[in-house]
Amino acid sequence: MIRTHALTKDFVVSRTQTVHAVRGISLAIEPGELVAVLGPNGAGKTTTMRMLTTLTTPTSGTATVSGHDVVAEPGQVRRHIGYVGQGNGAGHTQRVRDELNAQGVIYGLDRRAARQRAGELIETLDLTELAARKVSDLSGGQRRRLDVAMGLVHAPSLLFLDEPSTGLDPQNRANLWDHILSMRAAHDMTIVLTTHYMDEADSMAERVVVVDRGEVIADDTAEALKAKLAGDRLVLTAAAGDVDRLARLATGLPGGRDVVVDGTRVQARVGDGPGALPELLRAAGDAGVHVATAQVHRPTLDDVFLSLTGRSLREAENDDPQGSPTDKDVT
Amino acid sequence: MNTLTTPARPSTATPPGARGLLRDTGIVMVRELRPVVRDPFTLIFGMVQPLVFLALFGPLLVGSLGGRAVDTLGGSVWQWFVPAILVMTALFGTSTTGANLLFEFQTGAHERMLVTPLSRPSLLIGRSLKEMVPLAGQAVIIVAVTIPFGFQLHPAGALVGLVLLTVVGVGLGSLSYALAIAVRKQEWMFWGVQQTVIFPLMLLSGMLLPLETGPGWMQVAARFNPLAYVVAAERTLFAGQLVSATVFWGWVAALMTAAVGLTVGVRAMLKSAD
Repeated sequence: MIRTHALTKDFVVSRTQTVHAVRGISLAIEPGELVAVLGPNGAGKTTTMRMLTTLTTPTSGTATVSGHDVVAEPGQVRRHIGYVGQGNGAGHTQRVRDELNAQGVIYGLDRRAARQRAGELIETLDLTELAARKVSDLSGGQRRRLDVAMGLVHAPSLLFLDEPSTGLDPQNRANLWDHILSMRAAHDMTIVLTTHYMDEADSMAERVVVVDRGEVIADDTAEALKAKLAGDRLVLTAAAGDVDRLARLATGLPGGRDVVVDGTRVQARVGDGPGALPELLRAAGDAGVHVATAQVHRPTLDDVFLSLTGRSLREAENDDPQGSPTDKDVT
Repeated sequence: MNTLTTPARPSTATPPGARGLLRDTGIVMVRELRPVVRDPFTLIFGMVQPLVFLALFGPLLVGSLGGRAVDTLGGSVWQWFVPAILVMTALFGTSTTGANLLFEFQTGAHERMLVTPLSRPSLLIGRSLKEMVPLAGQAVIIVAVTIPFGFQLHPAGALVGLVLLTVVGVGLGSLSYALAIAVRKQEWMFWGVQQTVIFPLMLLSGMLLPLETGPGWMQVAARFNPLAYVVAAERTLFAGQLVSATVFWGWVAALMTAAVGLTVGVRAMLKSAD
């Protein structure tokens, strides 16, 4: 569905300064995948997506989307993909139904088919009561649903979503995702989304591509990334005299590492937390070590990012060393 | 929630070439006109505007030119002024096309259009034509109002005049679009540049006052203003003369404006996402 080879994008800011927004990204995405591109602002996610959607031309490298080269055949690429950008795609003075009709006609539907399609999307995306409203009168969540409807007008087999839920409250985010996932199930769509919400990438995507400073630094399922790069964390407390013995027992667990003792608290990373904890407690009981409290922390993608880059996602957002103008949020 | 019943994908075969361009231009124009039709108040204001100008400037023109009107202008003042005011309305309408775009850059609506398979020139032409459609209505009103004051209508010439004006409008609209893209990071510049360009263009075209009464340097400067040729051609056409050297040079100026506008506009558009 998507093949890129050593894709790069430089932005010439001034005669002395060039921002290397994307530095040689090679990716292969197969039909039916749901892939999240995760990374801090300025990591190059949006620039990559803009190259794949023909909105900006690569400085070097190649990309094929839906079987067509993005530079040689941009028209063919545009016909085959759906795209929901960071901003709101509908014209502010347009009415909801008019705008959906217009999109249908743009993608080659005749007027009747366009009207029918608009009607279906309006119903499916809960826009029925808003159909005659002007876009400028819609709330943020309503506009976002309209954006998704516009991206789906031609039932694309590949949908790009750029920061789909930025600026939405949790309820609207969940609601938007319900819509996206049901559309995906109905149409067998391949979905590529960018996000800087790690929980979104974690819960929605089947594959997570972690991007930092213009490069892919990890690419796997969220589970595998967490198991491989972060691991579960056990946190236990015990009587002061027992702490050292407990720490030794933790080190002996399968995959046990990074054991830290802090007062009466013992922390350890293990491969499989829920499995390791009972084992540790049993061993502690046998050894006469009295454990007061015990917790398992499942890792987040932030832990993955931290272990990959030494920075947490939030810190990376703040230092933003490579921030390119188009890669910032336009909100 | 119900699922969609038409999984069939639309025909993705947009007719290529000229037919595709024509179709896409139509789509863009109709889409741009729809809010105007839905909200006719703006349309009514737009229609009245040139009339206000006509009512307030026309008498001054008659007064200041006085009896010389007939020799200087070769006939009724209105015969001289009506074609010019249509050019002026087209100039103002199309040169502000880009202003709407500035807002669409912010919201993402422009990006939405760029990601669709619409042909790039159709985005420029369709938007410019959107400004020209109300102009046809304005022309009818202006003509209807001035006939009692001695304006003589030559329908064929007037129609050809509107077509000529449409060609110029496409060029001016495209240039305005390109300007919006060029200044999209300093939006306040748009109006500064537009005003700075539009007034010399207007005054050096002999639109409002005859250039013949101005100093020599102005007449020389006007020779480099494509709009001056267009205004002269419009006056000839509205006088009922369809074929003449003046009309020919008007077409040359109009087509050149359109060609330059579209070239600059499409190039700006292709770079606009960077």
